[in-house]
Amino acid sequence: MEANNDGSMSQVRHVVLVLSGKGGVGKSTITTELALALRHAGKKIGILDVDLCGPSIPRMLSIGRPDVHQCDSGWVPVYTDAAKTLALMSIGFLLEDPDEAVVWRGPKKTAMIGQFVSDVAWGELDVLLVDTPPGTSDEHLAVLENLKKHSRVDGAILVTTPQAVSTGDVRREITFCKKTGIRILGIVENMSGFVCPHCSECSNIFSKGGGEELAKLTGSIFLGAVPLDPLLSTSIEEGKDFIQSFPDSATFSAISSISQTLLESLQTA
Amino acid sequence: MLNLCPSIQVSTCAHTGTFEGGRLSQQDTKMADVPDNAPEHCPGTTSEQAGKSSSCAGCPNQKICASGATKAPDPAIAEIGEKLSTVKHKILVLSGKGGVGKSTFSAHLAHTLASDSTKEVALLDVDICGPSIPRIMGLEGEQVHQSGSGWSPVYVDDNLAVMSIGFLLSSPDDAVIWRGPKKNGMIKQFLRDVDWGDLDYLIVDTPPGTSDEHLSIVQYLSSTHVDGAVIITTPQEVSLQDVRKEIRFCQKVKLPIIGVVENMSGFVCPSCKNTSQIFPPTSGGAERMCADLDLPLLGKVPLDPRIARSCDEGKSFINEVPDSPAAKVYQSIVQSIQDYCSNRVTEEQSTS
Repeated sequence: MEANNDGSMSQVRHVVLVLSGKGGVGKSTITTELALALRHAGKKIGILDVDLCGPSIPRMLSIGRPDVHQCDSGWVPVYTDAAKTLALMSIGFLLEDPDEAVVWRGPKKTAMIGQFVSDVAWGELDVLLVDTPPGTSDEHLAVLENLKKHSRVDGAILVTTPQAVSTGDVRREITFCKKTGIRILGIVENMSGFVCPHCSECSNIFSKGGGEELAKLTGSIFLGAVPLDPLLSTSIEEGKDFIQSFPDSATFSAISSISQTLLESLQTA
Repeated sequence: MLNLCPSIQVSTCAHTGTFEGGRLSQQDTKMADVPDNAPEHCPGTTSEQAGKSSSCAGCPNQKICASGATKAPDPAIAEIGEKLSTVKHKILVLSGKGGVGKSTFSAHLAHTLASDSTKEVALLDVDICGPSIPRIMGLEGEQVHQSGSGWSPVYVDDNLAVMSIGFLLSSPDDAVIWRGPKKNGMIKQFLRDVDWGDLDYLIVDTPPGTSDEHLSIVQYLSSTHVDGAVIITTPQEVSLQDVRKEIRFCQKVKLPIIGVVENMSGFVCPSCKNTSQIFPPTSGGAERMCADLDLPLLGKVPLDPRIARSCDEGKSFINEVPDSPAAKVYQSIVQSIQDYCSNRVTEEQSTS
């Protein structure tokens, strides 16, 4: 079994965690958009969603709830396209009833994540993005411990919103990364300013610049700021590919520049 | 008096080890008390089968489980019941989704309730890994003091007490990297060992999800009277889909729901006064969900940059800009919650 397990991750070139101490800052949104942007750049991408109590990615990619199949080398991830360029595994696929609450304490979550890491037959991937729940607890420790058994973790992207209430939690996540020996690939500031579609006035609804300040304060790379954009939230809601739909928007250029920087730093690492 | 379902300790969940594929049934998503180092297929320490199932053979704790000692309720539950007997109303603030404004709401609920100087209000933050309450309440860097009767909470005003793990950390960089059992221990201490005194309202702010912290707070409060939960959401379906799970959780543990608050509901541009749906209610928002699930919608709070700014500065938005539309909605929501709590008291008096 061990050999098979190693096999499931052996063709995965890079593993990147998407973390944030804070909830609702856009971890899943950034994960989804980065995956789409990287695919757009011709890469084969996988997403592992380890948010067991609130899995969001299946909806954001408009996948629905297909059955997960088994093959000789493990569970087959769900592909978003026939060409199999974007693969996903999430607990969302395993629930009988989508509204069912997964009321699990740590040990059960840890066991589930162990299986997610070791038993999914990812095949050949350029990048595996791991989307996480908020906090620094069971899920985070479990995913790291298990990933380290099977492959190398390239590092983590930290997502924050600009206000101090959020960057305060992300500072704690940075300490988590340092303590667990995870390289910080950079910080993304999400929900950074809102340009009114009626008068083009920019309102900083959740303040501004907090992510960049945090990067400076902690000596991390600032990957970029993604504005609040109703087109992006609608695409996420409806599971549409924002990268394909709005290639001219400022939000698109922000996301694609972040994905470029990420690719470069993965290649030089 | 309503007792929260004590059966959340009991689990008949057979599936605890590896998942074999297919779908997770209701049985699988149930709560079980399975220790970290348990043998495969451990039935859970509090289940009927504890110590008796075939997988228990050879487990060093088999005797303890079989004796029934693990099925006895935690003595702390009774102690907490005793300790909180002087607290009139207990309100939990919940949401399956993170970053929807649970802490912002909890803080402003506390401020508004405490604006009546005859009421004693306390705010307990059980978000162990991401405590936001100290900053939002303007209490960053404050410390908890030990007195003869327990830990003293930190006071914002004479009648407004706050407790958070944030007060126990020495630096803003400190990460609380704890697994479930340690978080549960902390929550137990917050309820049992803090010198809360006589209170009219205890508001409990929670982290996102339906896991250790949530099970623990409900379990530890099971011998007391909890008025109910306020559920916070934002308008989009990506948020509502998690919030429905939290509602299911409340139903599972028999926690009454006071109502739902839709936060970040539309944004009025300060320059042209046009409204934008930044987080669009593509599936009908909280309104539709409440109608479907037969829950009261307590109000819709618009996005306002002044709310985030007040939170960062540790000030009450309601006192800073009392005439803003958001502040008015907040006030009416708080009024509904107060009415709910006092109606419950009258109902109980008339039934007893």
